[in-house]
Amino acid sequence: MSLSTVRPATAASPELLARKAMFIRLETVRLSRIAGAGHYSAVFSAAELLAALYYSELRVDPENPRDPQRDRFVLSKGHAAIGLYPVLADLGFFDPALLDDYTRLGSAFGDHPDMKKIPGIDFSSGSLGHGLSIGFGMAMAGRMSGADYRTWVVLGDGELAEGQIWEAAMSAGHYRLGRLRAVVDVNQLGIDGFTKDVMTVEPIAQRFESFGWATQRIDGHDLPSILAAFAGLPDADDGRPQCIIADTVKGRGVRRMELSPDWHVGNLVGADYDDVVAELSAGLSGGGDLR
Amino acid sequence: MSEWQDQSEIFNGTSDTALKDSRSADGNDRRGTTAFVFGEELADIADRDPRVAVLTADLARSNRAVDFQQRHPDRFLNVGIAEKNMITAAAGMASCGYVPFAATFASFAALLGCEQIRTDCAYPRMPVRVVGHHSGMSMGFYGTSHHSLEDLGIMRTIADLTVVCATDENHLRAVLRASMDHPGAMYLRLGRGRDPEVYPTVPEITFGRSIRLREGSDLTILATGSTVRPALDAAALLAEDGYSTRVVDMFTVSPLDKDEVVSSAAATGAVLTVEEHNITNGLGTAVAETLFEAGVSGARFKRLGVPDEHVLLGPPAALYAHYQLDATGIATQAKELMR
Ligand SMILES: Cc1ncc(C[n+]2csc(CCOP(=O)(O)OP(=O)(O)O)c2C)c(N)n1
Ligand SMILES: [Mg+2]
Repeated sequence: MSLSTVRPATAASPELLARKAMFIRLETVRLSRIAGAGHYSAVFSAAELLAALYYSELRVDPENPRDPQRDRFVLSKGHAAIGLYPVLADLGFFDPALLDDYTRLGSAFGDHPDMKKIPGIDFSSGSLGHGLSIGFGMAMAGRMSGADYRTWVVLGDGELAEGQIWEAAMSAGHYRLGRLRAVVDVNQLGIDGFTKDVMTVEPIAQRFESFGWATQRIDGHDLPSILAAFAGLPDADDGRPQCIIADTVKGRGVRRMELSPDWHVGNLVGADYDDVVAELSAGLSGGGDLR
Repeated sequence: MSEWQDQSEIFNGTSDTALKDSRSADGNDRRGTTAFVFGEELADIADRDPRVAVLTADLARSNRAVDFQQRHPDRFLNVGIAEKNMITAAAGMASCGYVPFAATFASFAALLGCEQIRTDCAYPRMPVRVVGHHSGMSMGFYGTSHHSLEDLGIMRTIADLTVVCATDENHLRAVLRASMDHPGAMYLRLGRGRDPEVYPTVPEITFGRSIRLREGSDLTILATGSTVRPALDAAALLAEDGYSTRVVDMFTVSPLDKDEVVSSAAATGAVLTVEEHNITNGLGTAVAETLFEAGVSGARFKRLGVPDEHVLLGPPAALYAHYQLDATGIATQAKELMR
């Protein structure tokens, strides 16, 4: 089988990516208002990761979203889709105006991504714990067919409590799927509280390593670190699957949401909406206690 | 009150009630709602009964198990996002004398945990109460992964499993109380905690026995869970058109109250079943099996539910209207049946 015809992603500057991360956050706030509810904080922790992946790293082609040679991307924490849709629209996968009907009856765009309805979504998600197995299957298919695409899976930290994650981790390690890349958004919370209180998922690195993975731990809001981590990943099919453990802050960018269990789902109204838009438009400042 | 304003304030001035309904899907505040009394009622029962324990999988805020956790932290167990572990752990606890209530979204309770329910709860007759909340398509625009339109079909096929739908707040209280001394495993199907009132007070219930809510002679509507209130409202609409409608709350889907099904068909000559579930293998199918085997002939019969397809996404109220599971839709279907 012929190898990639997909345009390689052009390396982007951290400055551009920071603007894209701001765009992701602002769009999430805007779309949440259309729905009357939104998963703000799960997007905010992953905004830099999504920006770096889509604007710098992934080999995908909006003109040809089903190119068999494209990199595969699975948003296993599917409830962050509200932050992914604007990116796909911005890249030209579909008309951004479609997002104005977000969550309305019959819209393609709901709380979780749907591969049957949305160009650029490689697999539907929403039930946590499935994504790494999907990625395992995609990476295995790549090996079987002789393709050179990479498979990326973005996971939540709370999601790591699902047993199926570890079944997938074990299999990918066993088969040495070197082109499978897991990115764990360790934003420290699930819904009911801090993962360390509800269900410990640490030590994440040791757990993945014991299943045969290579791991790196980075600051998931620091774009140069993210880019450096991606750049250093080996590309060989036969090798340890790669896990990037990104320390993040759930709700990063909006003070009232940072590390707050009250904001897993929320709805900004009135002056709060404007305050948050202003806060986000100023860009990330310091703070956002990591760990 | 800042960011967490009440829904009515948020959508003040908009007529879009569908949107109004869509917020409280998971993990958030329920100020202004009263119906989700799951944790509170179990905490009351636990004050008197040492057997009660509550488990959840990172959804204590959504199903209000937090209300139980606050009062009985020693009998509360959050397993994180690990539903199969939760259900089987509940079975283990049940084998040691507890009556555990294991709660998560219905799609994950019944579909993800199906084999655990059959093998670890039903077969060994463990008194586990698997609680599937936000059932049907009440998760609205969360989409298929969060819809549970197959759970009744799957659960009612499992032997030694009592399958019960809670109708409203007071009915849920009755179900939880009665469940304490019910033998074997149960699947409790709950709505999303915003279920409109059917029972003004806590009703007397017996599992396996339905509750006739309205008398009528032209037609019987058999409903369960979220469709009971709209069925009653539809009966009122039908009365305006001259139809006299019997409405029965078939809250136990398995074992079914066959006597009521058969006698209603005989008495009214027409039966419409209504459920927030795939048309395949839910309440309507159970009723059809019953009628046919009982040799009831000549009765008009129709099943109203969701067609055998993955439904659209949208706010819950919009979906109910679209699939004719609101009062107007049910009345329309009833008239079609009577024509
Ligand atoms: C199998 C399954 N169980 C429960 C849920 C409900 N749920 C949605 S998001 C969430 C918490 C996720 O936490 P985490 O993985 O840490 O993601 P974060 O939102 O923090 O990014 C839960 C329990 C689900 N979607 N799927
Ligand atoms: Mg998290």
